[in-house]
Amino acid sequence: MIEAKNVNFYYGDFHALKNINMKMERNTVTAFIGPSGCGKSTFLRLFNRMNDLIEGTRLTGECLIDGQNIYDKSVSVVELRKQVGMVFQKPNPFPKSIFENVAYGLRVNGMKNKKEIEEIVERSLRQAALWDEVKDKLKKSAFDLSGGQQQRLCIARALAVSPTVLLMDEPASALDPISTSKIEDLIYALKKEYTIVIVTHNMQQASRVSDNTGFFMLGELVEFSETKKMFLNPDKEQTQNYITGRFG
Amino acid sequence: MNTDKQLKFRNTARRGAKWLERGVEGLFTASGWVSIVIVLLITIFLFKEGFGLFQSPTVEKGYVLCVHPSNPVERLNASQIKHIFDYETTSWSEVGGADLEIRPFRFEEIFDYYAEEEFGPDYEFLPDKLAEVVAGDEGILAFLPEQYLPADRSGIKIVEAGNITVTDFFGGREWLPTSTPAPQFGALPLILGTLWVSFFAILIALPLGMGVAIYMSELAGERMRKVLKPAIELLAGIPSVVYGFFGLVVIVPLVQRAFDLPVGETAFAGCLILAIMALPTIITVAEDAMRNTPLAMREASLSLGATQWQTIYRVVIPYASSGISAAIVLGIGRAVGETMAVLMVTGNAAVMPTSLFEPIRTIPATIAAELGEAPAGGAHYQSLFLLGCILFLITLVISVSAELISKKQRQAV
Repeated sequence: MIEAKNVNFYYGDFHALKNINMKMERNTVTAFIGPSGCGKSTFLRLFNRMNDLIEGTRLTGECLIDGQNIYDKSVSVVELRKQVGMVFQKPNPFPKSIFENVAYGLRVNGMKNKKEIEEIVERSLRQAALWDEVKDKLKKSAFDLSGGQQQRLCIARALAVSPTVLLMDEPASALDPISTSKIEDLIYALKKEYTIVIVTHNMQQASRVSDNTGFFMLGELVEFSETKKMFLNPDKEQTQNYITGRFG
Repeated sequence: MNTDKQLKFRNTARRGAKWLERGVEGLFTASGWVSIVIVLLITIFLFKEGFGLFQSPTVEKGYVLCVHPSNPVERLNASQIKHIFDYETTSWSEVGGADLEIRPFRFEEIFDYYAEEEFGPDYEFLPDKLAEVVAGDEGILAFLPEQYLPADRSGIKIVEAGNITVTDFFGGREWLPTSTPAPQFGALPLILGTLWVSFFAILIALPLGMGVAIYMSELAGERMRKVLKPAIELLAGIPSVVYGFFGLVVIVPLVQRAFDLPVGETAFAGCLILAIMALPTIITVAEDAMRNTPLAMREASLSLGATQWQTIYRVVIPYASSGISAAIVLGIGRAVGETMAVLMVTGNAAVMPTSLFEPIRTIPATIAAELGEAPAGGAHYQSLFLLGCILFLITLVISVSAELISKKQRQAV
């Protein structure tokens, strides 16, 4: 249901993404791997139009979600982002309380009912496997949490808006192994309800959590196939070299 | 580890370099201390001079007030004395005496009573003549030089006027530092005048400044910002006398015409010019604070489906709140301490402020206008220093409270 057709992307004169075509199905986890600067994060950020914030960028081709081109003039970016949530590389909670962080998306969408907000906050925190750790200190600042807890808070915050797609840009790269494994379990559990796209540097992580994997290099999608196949028997030599750690 | 080689930790730097380093270090330390000492000295000097005012007598130095010996009045305060000599208080009953008309008598009037020859060649008979005048009028209040008081004081009674009090200064509603016999040092109109214009100036400058700051940090394109920012910073560098001149030539007539006033030199003109002067500070500081909001915060907000406006007022402004309150404080500080421009456009009438469309006078304008003509060491001179102390305290209170507010906000968010 997510589809990229002949996508080219430019930062000024720099050709960052070269003619990319890809299809991702509903309720699957897709991982993007590749060396730094290969364009995988840029590609991810196309799907909630985060690249719009960067001046001097240009896009050709089509990004479709459920058949609609999300770069069409009739599309509201705000509505799009409510459907396509995002978790960033570094945990970036707001300088507000834990509760207010999760409630933020509800409040900006105009939800006023206090009880409803409380319910959704609790549900989201439970989904993000954080509820038991924070239920007694919801009024405390989000900055009092550890890095791993902050990242799960950010996931809860994204879930609270009830998106259908969740984009994750190296969500565990700044975390310790225990927090990382918690996030991975979480991704696995969330797959039932969400379509997840995750960028990662960590190949084991990609092989553990994802159904399909895309390998990017120098702005090109070198290979895109089922994760098992990709890691056991890749079609391209470049992929083989990267996965076995011969470069990158 | 390689056992053949002995590790050495001796300092091999050249001795000269070491001494130079130490010298520079000492220089920096010394400059820190020197600036602390200078600040302390200025503060001590200011307060010492200022509080000297409360040791000054209410009546001009070297003079006394005398009444008829039968008069029961023992004390008079500064404003009572002033009103008596202005013929506003006319009966002793109003100041605690008998129901008798007051006859204010200034020393010079003695020459209307007697011909100059009668005082003798060296004015040796003058004290007796003065005593005669005082003794001859039961309602008299005579203002006499101490040196001409008669040796025999049975015929006169000296009225206590005491020293200038704290309530005279902070509660007095009249600022007439050169009035005789009792100068009036009521600082209330000046304090209120300062707070009044500063408050309304900030009321004008704040929404405007925040608007421009938000535009510059959030909405304007890179090219627009590159033009706007230096232009606004240039505005901050214009000398205040030039602002005052601009105010006098442009704003004052404009205010006069727009509101159909008898004079344009009003508190409102002062507010406008102060608002213009405080704007660059407010804009640059607030804009810097908002621009410092990390991109990650904006991205987080936008990715949750917040609009740009929601992101600005729910994330950017709270995040920049301590910077914004710093901007407000600096703006207020500029407004409170501004001298020249305000002096030029507010009309400088030391009256209690009642309307924005009347002349007003501020503390800094008073100091600037009057210090030149106040005799050094006199009560007037000291009163100006005391005004300086008040100004110092006002700005201190503002900056401390702003510090507290921003600290609280940082804890709350």
